[in-house]
Amino acid sequence: MKVCKVVGNVWATRKHWVLKGLKLLLVRELDVEKGELIGDIMLAVDKSVDAGIGDTVLVIDEGNSARQILENPRAGIRTVVCGIIDEVKKGGFYRRYH
Amino acid sequence: MSEPQNHRATKRHYHVGAEGMFPAKVVGRVVATRSYETVKGKKLLLIQPTDWYGNPKGDPIVAADAVGAGAGEFVFYVKAREACFQWMTKDEQEVSEMPPFDATIMGIIDGVEIKEKG
Repeated sequence: MKVCKVVGNVWATRKHWVLKGLKLLLVRELDVEKGELIGDIMLAVDKSVDAGIGDTVLVIDEGNSARQILENPRAGIRTVVCGIIDEVKKGGFYRRYH
Repeated sequence: MSEPQNHRATKRHYHVGAEGMFPAKVVGRVVATRSYETVKGKKLLLIQPTDWYGNPKGDPIVAADAVGAGAGEFVFYVKAREACFQWMTKDEQEVSEMPPFDATIMGIIDGVEIKEKG
């Protein structure tokens, strides 16, 4: 699982049936201590979290977990948003996100 | 600098390090008359991977089409093992019965909004 920041969204009317009714978000991995965005932009699927641009979210980048979250063994999806992060603590480091 | 240990992760290979869903532009069509039996009847397209701003990135690849995309369209595709899951015909299926695809087009992008700063 990764701490990511939502940097955008994608809309698509014609898509595969497993994606029907799901939100598509663009996320980038966040370096928690430095507060910098790292890595490439990833497309993540949001089923029920309802995250928006600027939110810090928890992202699973693994296919089997994605199929469990979407409750569909035929969903060929890998990256899923599974939560909105409130705060991160690490030693003396502490940050609240909203 | 030393050679990368993983040869799949050289810069020539598309999308280093991540294997999720990526954008691409459809550039052509691929026809294979003599192919593996599970591949038969599936539309194959040649796609040029891009970044989310639409700039080409890496080499074109062949992807199976699950949505009916046409030439020039901006699409997103899923890579790796997940690419063959949409072709399952029932919920419980042997992996060997799925077509051997490593990229599948999952949707046609109508619009993208990116706000990386602020």
